[in-house]
Amino acid sequence: MLTQEMKEILSLSKEIGWVLEPQAKDLLFSAGIEVPRFFSTLQIEEALQFAERIGYPVVGKVVSPKVIHKSDKNGVEVGIDSERKLKETFHRFSKIEGFAGMLIEEVVSGLELILGAKNDYQFGPVILFGMGGVWVEIYRDVVLKMAPLDQRDIDSMIRCLKARPLLEGYRGAPPVNFEELKKLLKTFSDLVMDVENLIESIDLNPVICSPQKCVVADARIMLKP
Amino acid sequence: MNLDLLFKPRTLAVIGVSLTNEKHPANVIYNKNNLRLQTKVFPVNDRGGIYQGERIYASVLDIPEKVDLAVIATRAEIVPRLMADCIEAGVGGAVVISGGFAEAGKKELEDRIVSIAKEVGFPFIGPNCLGVYSPPHVDTFFIPSERIVRPEKGGVALVSQSGGILVDHMVKLAGEGVGLSMAVSIGNKALIREIDLLEYFSGDPETKVIAFYIEGFGEREGREFIVKAGQCSKPVVVLKAGKTSMGGRAVSSHTASMAGDYEVFSSVLAQYGVVEAKDEFELIPFCEALCCYQSFIEGKIGIITGSGGHGAMAVDACLSHGISVPVLKEEDQIEIKGKISPRIQAIASLINPIDLTGSAVDEDFVAAANALSRKEEVDCILVLLLPYVPGITSDLGARLSQIHRQTGKPMIAYVPHVEKYLMFIEGFQLNRIPVAHSIEEAVHMAEAMRRNQPC
Repeated sequence: MLTQEMKEILSLSKEIGWVLEPQAKDLLFSAGIEVPRFFSTLQIEEALQFAERIGYPVVGKVVSPKVIHKSDKNGVEVGIDSERKLKETFHRFSKIEGFAGMLIEEVVSGLELILGAKNDYQFGPVILFGMGGVWVEIYRDVVLKMAPLDQRDIDSMIRCLKARPLLEGYRGAPPVNFEELKKLLKTFSDLVMDVENLIESIDLNPVICSPQKCVVADARIMLKP
Repeated sequence: MNLDLLFKPRTLAVIGVSLTNEKHPANVIYNKNNLRLQTKVFPVNDRGGIYQGERIYASVLDIPEKVDLAVIATRAEIVPRLMADCIEAGVGGAVVISGGFAEAGKKELEDRIVSIAKEVGFPFIGPNCLGVYSPPHVDTFFIPSERIVRPEKGGVALVSQSGGILVDHMVKLAGEGVGLSMAVSIGNKALIREIDLLEYFSGDPETKVIAFYIEGFGEREGREFIVKAGQCSKPVVVLKAGKTSMGGRAVSSHTASMAGDYEVFSSVLAQYGVVEAKDEFELIPFCEALCCYQSFIEGKIGIITGSGGHGAMAVDACLSHGISVPVLKEEDQIEIKGKISPRIQAIASLINPIDLTGSAVDEDFVAAANALSRKEEVDCILVLLLPYVPGITSDLGARLSQIHRQTGKPMIAYVPHVEKYLMFIEGFQLNRIPVAHSIEEAVHMAEAMRRNQPC
């Protein structure tokens, strides 16, 4: 079920056609999906305070209604390890077109996955799951299913991935938390069914999975015109 | 909507019969039904007259009997009026052959006939189609009888958006000896769509497999179709055309870019256990296999052959499809060894594939098939039968088929398809064992059975 807050986020974003990352993460959080601790601001002082509180290093990302693919515009800085670096990055981001703030968030590490949704013309909402990161479209190790997903669909999506051995813990690495991963898939599928009339597509990429948890490190929600 | 009268009419009105053009679709349809099919036919043309000694009715309203089905093969512009006449006359349904609707940019005209029909629940197929092939009752295809290749009566129902593809697949089914229950070309599918025919054929006792050629669905139509197909107790096979999207649409997300129309289509079919035939070379063997076996397998194949090379190629083909060829337990190998002829005991390989060698006789194949049929490690048997092995006889196909009858374990045969070996092929086929043209195709048939379950 959509909460009042979620509805507001979606209706306020309608004008620019998509939901900016901070609002998208608020929405996901309300839906019960884990996101990193983050803060978005136009004030450098507030940015410094937040970074101080959660501790360096932090990740910085540009927030701009004009920038859908942040990496393409040099709008992502990982490993900001000092006040000086944070100030520099803030300054650089502020020159990017449509600058509407900088998002500062904690660093999470683990395996990078993608979880997505698309409103397909013939089949309605479908869910995509697979190996994530910047190069998703190169590897294309993804599985598609029509939403809503049931337990069997979720098990099959995880099983059918070529990179499944990586999830299970390849070469001595610990496996990801499958319980959390399955829970995330289910929660996401429910959310997609709740917003199916409003969305065109969603990318949660990367979703970072570790032995402890699965955290959505970046989110993009494209709305229907 | 009751579609029975579309497929099993007792009376048929053919609207548009021409007195000047013998090649007119309406004339072809009138003649073939009049001369060779069971339905009683009435020619209709608003000019009236006499055609082949029969009165041409000026309107379907003038026909003195109740008409079950009307074929409308006239100019598109007058179809709305003719359809209204059919409804007034109490006709059970129509096939609209005429083109010149949505496909020619006349969407409004098409919407008009749909609304006329919908208002009173009048079923019609088309427009812009060949309609219904349902022997011995009716055949609305405007293809002269001498030009059509008729598959024998059997278990496959074919539904196609394209008339040409439909007829082509009928030729291929006939060539493979696979029987057809009915065929429907739905053209623009303005009213009756794939989903309606899926429902109809689900309940048709003659149909065992329902095969579709689909170009595309309307908005959310695929969702409705796939849910119904997933619930259908009969195997549903789909061949999708238009796999590559035309032109590069600007795509703003990774998901939208990777979840293209065809990727979604194909994935959703697998999710719901609908068997996708990737091309025409898969469609026919899939229909053949699923007509024999409506159940599904996990894909653990036992291979019996008289040639090591054939066994090796079959293993390669299985593994490339992700189908397993489990090694037989030592005790099972010993059991089989005890049952085959002494002279091949030392040279046969019994691990799986079971290679009985070129010295094998019928009894060796029967013994191996009997043993494999009773092993749980194997859920389908592939017999690679080489008719040129000197010790085997033309009875072997029929004898091996009996083992399937007794044990229920699915069996697929490969026999080289040349006329000389027809007795071997028919030995299997007449006993409902599918026969492939090649080793690869035999493995495809197993793959069809494996795809016949939700993934």
